[in-house]
Amino acid sequence: MTETFLGMPATAPPGVGHLRGDEPFPVAARRALADAQLRRNVGHATSTIRARSAAVIGEVPDWPQLRAAARAIKTDTMARLPELLEQLETAVGRAGGTVHWAADAVEANRIVTDLVRAAGVDRVMKVKSMATQEIGLNEALADAGIEPVETDLAELIVQLGDDRPSHILVPAIHRNRAEIREIFLREMPGVDPALTDEPAALAAAARRHLRETFLSTRVAVSGANFAVAETGTLAVVESEGNGRMCLTLPETLITVMGIEKVVPTWRDLEVFLQLLPRASTGERMNPYTSMWTGVTPGDGPQAFHLVLLDNGRSAVLADPVGREALHCIRCSACLNVCPVYERTGGHAYGSVYPGPIGAVLSPQLTGVADNASLPYASSLCGACYDACPVLIDIPSILVHLRAQAPHPRGEAAAMAAAAYAMDHPALYAAAQRGARLSRLAGPRGRGLPPPLSGWTASRDLPEPPPQTFRQWWADR
Amino acid sequence: MSARDLVLGRLRAALAAPAPTPAETPRDYRPAGVVAADPDLLADRLTDYRATVHRCADADVARVVAEVLGGRRVVVPPGLPPHWLPPGVDVVVDDGLDAARIAAVDGVVTAAAVAVAETGTIVLDGAPDQGRRVVTLLPDVHVCVLRADQVVATVPDALARLDPRRPLTWISGPSATSDIELDRVEGVHGPRNLHVVLTGGPGGG
Ligand code: SF4
Repeated sequence: MTETFLGMPATAPPGVGHLRGDEPFPVAARRALADAQLRRNVGHATSTIRARSAAVIGEVPDWPQLRAAARAIKTDTMARLPELLEQLETAVGRAGGTVHWAADAVEANRIVTDLVRAAGVDRVMKVKSMATQEIGLNEALADAGIEPVETDLAELIVQLGDDRPSHILVPAIHRNRAEIREIFLREMPGVDPALTDEPAALAAAARRHLRETFLSTRVAVSGANFAVAETGTLAVVESEGNGRMCLTLPETLITVMGIEKVVPTWRDLEVFLQLLPRASTGERMNPYTSMWTGVTPGDGPQAFHLVLLDNGRSAVLADPVGREALHCIRCSACLNVCPVYERTGGHAYGSVYPGPIGAVLSPQLTGVADNASLPYASSLCGACYDACPVLIDIPSILVHLRAQAPHPRGEAAAMAAAAYAMDHPALYAAAQRGARLSRLAGPRGRGLPPPLSGWTASRDLPEPPPQTFRQWWADR
Repeated sequence: MSARDLVLGRLRAALAAPAPTPAETPRDYRPAGVVAADPDLLADRLTDYRATVHRCADADVARVVAEVLGGRRVVVPPGLPPHWLPPGVDVVVDDGLDAARIAAVDGVVTAAAVAVAETGTIVLDGAPDQGRRVVTLLPDVHVCVLRADQVVATVPDALARLDPRRPLTWISGPSATSDIELDRVEGVHGPRNLHVVLTGGPGGG
């Protein structure tokens, strides 16, 4: 039987879900760069979160040790992934839950749709989840005549605005308050026409809009931040309480989880629960974290289904360099320090995973040939590596993936720039020095100083720390 | 072939050549049990995230709860110590109430399992004095009574005390969102007001 599995594992199927853009990154990025409103909104968001995050990280005396522990736990997890998933399956089953396996997005969507139909309902409420966005679950449910209601405020703004998320943590960050008010007035049934654009008023409108949904919907779909193999415990971190509503009120809970989210032991959560909120929202702890193990008689959903999603992850695991991308805990810190993301926003990446992690994860999930421009969506300044709480060496993976990319259109420009820099030693030295300085500046490194910063925003910079340009060039 | 066999087979093949060597995790970060718990720090951190903290002696809990609630109607879990409730308060005990009934009351009074000083977090584990998760979710005011000996210093300390088989809710301040221009707004879907009553110590007045 085993020989069946040899050879390259399958990637996420084309035409399903949201891992590929309609156009290559450089084309989409150029348009985004021309949108001044978007750049203002995104720039404000990233700089604000960066400052908050740096302040609370500074309070933790053992931050470097926590990062090293997180990296080691993840490396260990990936090395033992099949065994840990089987352990998780057993533990969830013992606690009264049911585990389903989905080889790809099509299969995951079918499993969820069948479960919703079996529950006899035509509406589900959803907790914000990258995995369900990745597989295009909302579209699949709608095609099956089931209405998915997003309950996270930002996701609701995106859904009502018939829009796409642009940031992992704050998906509607490309919208300002006036735009959000417009969307609510247009799309929210029964909204008060006197609604102002005060954030408190807009949040209150969402609260009124969703209360009835929370109380009357019998099936919820969530993602998971962590799943503990040892105990079968699932964890979801959030702020608004919409997560608690979805995880607590319905009769049936369906959780869709990428297989890389498993951690070996209960104790391992002590590492990730310290890293995630501080790196992500810049809070010491997010307002709400829910943990549940199977079903609890008399408390919460009495039917629990866990869908374990591959969708290209086994292909990522097969690459000894690239598999590190599976360590990601989706904190979005790398987005907030990335000079390219800051200028283009998330839509240009064409995937639900934007920014530096998206530039390495999406092409691996789909196969590099299918997303060939994304490994070039970076200045390789190294700020993402400095910021990442689980120490993923994103620049090295980018360089590794570029070697596999089948000459995207942007590469010609990159190569021309490389050749130009090599012919102009002063410029080349300045580029290297700038990149190194920005790395030394720590988690708030901002890429190259002007005038090179403008140049790197839409184009490849041939200086990939920690390698020097010449090493990288020689490797090609 | 089942999807399960397919996925597990792919993963095993992905790890086949060369097989990664499992790594030891360095645990030289601060583990459970090394940092002293500091109730003052807890109060500071809770206040920083816009919870309201009340310090009082064990015997005064009912008086503080009365001040916080005014005349509001509350739900309480079945195992709540009765002497925490002020006389005359309009109370309904949760004996399996439906969600609409719980949503219709103004507040809820519970105990907690443990609290993390460093992060300003209280953790509820569904014990009889804390009740089902839904009772602390739908009412707009949550009054949580905490004994000083339930305060621990760090997240590792809290996990070491908790039982993963129970449904756990970690609460750090009231419900909040920063989704609109990153302005923090308290109270989207969960309770908009969190009051923590921190009592002197063990023994429970
Ligand atoms: S790659 Fe690292 S910094 Fe980026 S989202 Fe993932 S965990 Fe966070």
